[in-house]
Amino acid sequence: MTWFTFPGDNLLCRCLGISITAWLTLLFVFIIVPAVLGVSFGIRRLYMRTLLKIFAWATSRMEMGAKEKNQQLHKPYSNGIIAKESPSSLQQELQELRGSASCPRSEPEFEMADIFYFCRRGVESILDDEVTKRFSAQELESWNLLTRSNYNFRHISLRLTVLWGLGVLIRYGILLPLRVTLAITGISLLVVLTTLVGFLPNREENKPKNGGICVSNHTTPIDVIILANDGCYSMVGQVHGGLMGMMQRAMVKSSPHIWFERSEVKDRHLVAKRLSDHVADKTKQPILIFPEGTCINNTSVMMFKKGSFEIACTVYPVAIKYDPRFGDAFWNSSKFGLVNYLLRMMSSWAIVCSVWYLPPMNREEGEDAMQFANRVKAAIAAQGGLVDLIWDGGLKRAKVKDAFKEEQQKLYSKVLVGEQDEGEQSDDMHLEDENQEEDENPEDESNQDSTKGQ
Amino acid sequence: MGFNGTSPLLDQRGELRPEDFGAIRELSMNPIGDRIISAFFSPGKETVDFASFVRILAHFHPTETSRSRDGVQPEPANSRTRKLKFAFQLYDQDRDGKISREELLQVLRTMLEMQVTEEQLQSIAERAIQEADLDQDDAISFDEFRKSLEKVDIDHKMSIRFLS
Repeated sequence: MTWFTFPGDNLLCRCLGISITAWLTLLFVFIIVPAVLGVSFGIRRLYMRTLLKIFAWATSRMEMGAKEKNQQLHKPYSNGIIAKESPSSLQQELQELRGSASCPRSEPEFEMADIFYFCRRGVESILDDEVTKRFSAQELESWNLLTRSNYNFRHISLRLTVLWGLGVLIRYGILLPLRVTLAITGISLLVVLTTLVGFLPNREENKPKNGGICVSNHTTPIDVIILANDGCYSMVGQVHGGLMGMMQRAMVKSSPHIWFERSEVKDRHLVAKRLSDHVADKTKQPILIFPEGTCINNTSVMMFKKGSFEIACTVYPVAIKYDPRFGDAFWNSSKFGLVNYLLRMMSSWAIVCSVWYLPPMNREEGEDAMQFANRVKAAIAAQGGLVDLIWDGGLKRAKVKDAFKEEQQKLYSKVLVGEQDEGEQSDDMHLEDENQEEDENPEDESNQDSTKGQ
Repeated sequence: MGFNGTSPLLDQRGELRPEDFGAIRELSMNPIGDRIISAFFSPGKETVDFASFVRILAHFHPTETSRSRDGVQPEPANSRTRKLKFAFQLYDQDRDGKISREELLQVLRTMLEMQVTEEQLQSIAERAIQEADLDQDDAISFDEFRKSLEKVDIDHKMSIRFLS
């Protein structure tokens, strides 16, 4: 075989060689080594500040463009588009409706006006549904120059387009290859570095200790990496195949993790036993669990499955909040696969998140697992500035169970017919999934046993 | 607006079908969710376009914001009467202008389902009709409906304010 040799061939090779060397050196010197040693050059903060200034400028340009055309700039509201009255219970609302109608009667009865309450609730949910919007990416109030975050932003002038083009060049030409190289290096070292730029932990004295369980809200698979960065945990999750599975098996060699087979998921006692065994052994690392069971879009915290709260031990809550202005970290697993998701992550501007370690909580006397779970959830939501919802994350994939409707009917019937014998509490309406996993296919079982046990 | 804004209701043809509403989780848990959905669709039609959608939602606009009109203008969609009419139609599914005993029972059944016995349902319906039915024809007409709700603050209870 003859090889063609061009006169410039050597030159080309040399250039390539030099640039690759330069690239790798930069990588090592500026990123990998400081990350390992924990030193910061302050490049990140500068980068973030510059980006924010650019975004603000972009928004003002769009507003100017809108004014020229005498139109309103479309601004999506993250808190909803209708004014919701402070949530009062069904009883209270109906009292108000009836109180203004006729004179109060001795016994509660049906009123024709009752339907207004349900009617209004229904139309409000058509206009703005608390649950469905949690499963799609959060909308930003100002555009961050990523096409994927562009929901209805118009009036994009020429200057803005140029800026966007520049942004694309930077992100795909510099940032993406940079991160891909990092990723390859990283994976081979079993550490997947993506685009972690900001990291602001607080209250470090509350870090989870041995023999405890760490619970956190779940937005992306990166949550795991972030927390693992800061301490060693044992994970609980579904056994995967492929690349994930390989990583799982590798991880087990260095520290004890609890990976479940799909068939075992349905056996909640076995799961609970393994968890409590692990926790009872004080020499073992704290367990990391995501009780929501699925990824939520980081504007709210959804129902915590009570399985991990039934084990009698200390719970260390952690709140994780991503700053959406730099790149949306939410993994919409029904829309994108893992590889697609990683690509999008790597070509965003940055991923900035805040992590708060909250003081440990214990189950109190007379509190059942569900109440405890709700207490922890409220604490996490309060710290992270997220909305605390009672809805089940499983609704991402499942239809609403009739049990929810029954709950409403039950409440209404109490108003009409008075209290009946309330044998069981209404906590059996939640989907039960004792395996808290960061996995896209949670198994669900409509487990009807309440805390009274079976 | 749920149609083409933040909520995933958008249908490619620019029209909604009843099953599109099924995607709204909160609505599925509302006992009269199905009735509310069918209120958007004219009888016999399977789809609703954006204009009709907005017209129905206009019933829920707060009354105080409507400009004062003289008697010649047609009644605005969010007047008290129209709001009452909307609620009336939730009861009166066959649109014959009267709420029969059977229709009332149906509504009560969907609102209460398993929680009360059939006798209790019957007695509740009986009492409600007795109170509201003034001309003793065993059904509730729109005027009787309106009279029985004279004192209810409809404007407040059937209005949804938009943030803007």
